Amino acid sequence: MLSRRIIACLDVRDGAVVKGVRFRDHVVMGGIVDFALRYRDAGADELVFYDIAASPAGRAVDVAWVEQVARVLDIPFCVAGGIRSVEAARAVLAAGADKVSINSPALERPGLIDELAGAFGVQCVVVGIDSLRDADGEWRVRQYTGDPSRTRTTARRTLDWIVEAQRRGAGEIVLNCMGSDGVRQGYDIAQLRAARAVSRVPLVASGGAGAREHFLDAFAKADVDGALAASVLHTGALEIPALKAWLGEAGVVVRA
Amino acid sequence: MSVVLVDAGGANIGSVRYALQRLGVEAALTSDAEAIRRADRVILPGVGAAAPAMARLRDLRLVEVLRGLTQPVLGVCLGMQLLCRHSEEGDVDCLGLIDTPVRRLRGTRDVRIPHMGWNRATACVVHPLLAGDAGDGWAYFVHSYAVPVGAATLAVCEHGEVFSAAIGQGNFMGVQYHPERSAAMGIAVLGNFLGRAPA
Repeated sequence: MLSRRIIACLDVRDGAVVKGVRFRDHVVMGGIVDFALRYRDAGADELVFYDIAASPAGRAVDVAWVEQVARVLDIPFCVAGGIRSVEAARAVLAAGADKVSINSPALERPGLIDELAGAFGVQCVVVGIDSLRDADGEWRVRQYTGDPSRTRTTARRTLDWIVEAQRRGAGEIVLNCMGSDGVRQGYDIAQLRAARAVSRVPLVASGGAGAREHFLDAFAKADVDGALAASVLHTGALEIPALKAWLGEAGVVVRA
Repeated sequence: MSVVLVDAGGANIGSVRYALQRLGVEAALTSDAEAIRRADRVILPGVGAAAPAMARLRDLRLVEVLRGLTQPVLGVCLGMQLLCRHSEEGDVDCLGLIDTPVRRLRGTRDVRIPHMGWNRATACVVHPLLAGDAGDGWAYFVHSYAVPVGAATLAVCEHGEVFSAAIGQGNFMGVQYHPERSAAMGIAVLGNFLGRAPA
């Protein structure tokens, strides 16, 4: 039976894993390869590397570190940030990434999803969505969330965008629920359930993980395929082996 | 031992090469017929879709080269499917080296397609490819089409239905999962293919 995935998300900049408020006050946490191997050894099922400098700088991901990671890693990994063309995606995949994740560029030009799926197959194409509930009760997509000064609300309803992204060739959806992101009070189960109802491809929950119960809720109540987390793992507040053992006892199928 | 990776296109075949490097083997990435014929081991990797991949093999004049190989050959993911008789993906005739069709996985509301993630692969026959740690464990799958269980099945996996995780016929073998991304199980399969004694 397909297991539920625990996915560690790492922000990278200039060849290092960093943390901090995006675009300022970055603290270098360590080398990318060291982090990749540490999470692999801990039992992470997949890694996502988000190149936080590439997108705002308007440049493509530096593929040198992607290749370094691919050489040593024996679990799948995805690269996000700054991928806005088939050529940019090809460079990242050729360097050894298993998937590319696109977010704002897909909102600028939805046809990019079709182009990537056509060139590489849907299994390589992840569409990331930043979503927030508006005052009228609708979840709507946010764009350029990496830069607070540029972040804007789009007219797109999140659930409509999920449907469109799949129709165009998204092989996986990562739904980042901004209302719960960074506060570690749990994933946005209501929103994830709504997203699940319209997702026939794998759905990954993002934003809000702070305790092991939050992962269980996402899997058991929202039926997501994977749960992505960053700070709760980086700080060591949750250790993946213990988290997985606990989820397993709670009846979630996880990779031992 | 000389190992070649058949360059039939596909964007991320490099990762199989890196996995072999971790086993201490430097594999050449090639589409040269002579290099493929001479190799001790041939690996046919592949991502993407069956029809364009077969078209590329035809363009490279590699169809008959691959059909004539007598050394151990391992297909990985799409590469495994290309070794089969026919694929529903693009309704295309494949290399016909393993006598089985390739069919689309039947997704349901609870069985998402692509089948993406870690699933259990379990050997159902005794076969050198699946010795030791390669026999039963967690492997990383990414695919929408699969080989039904049949005479060539060496290992099975379940995602809504039971399908072949590994197949073999004579010197031609294949795994549906990605050994280069399947941690301990993957390295064991590749080691077995290279003829290494299980660790």
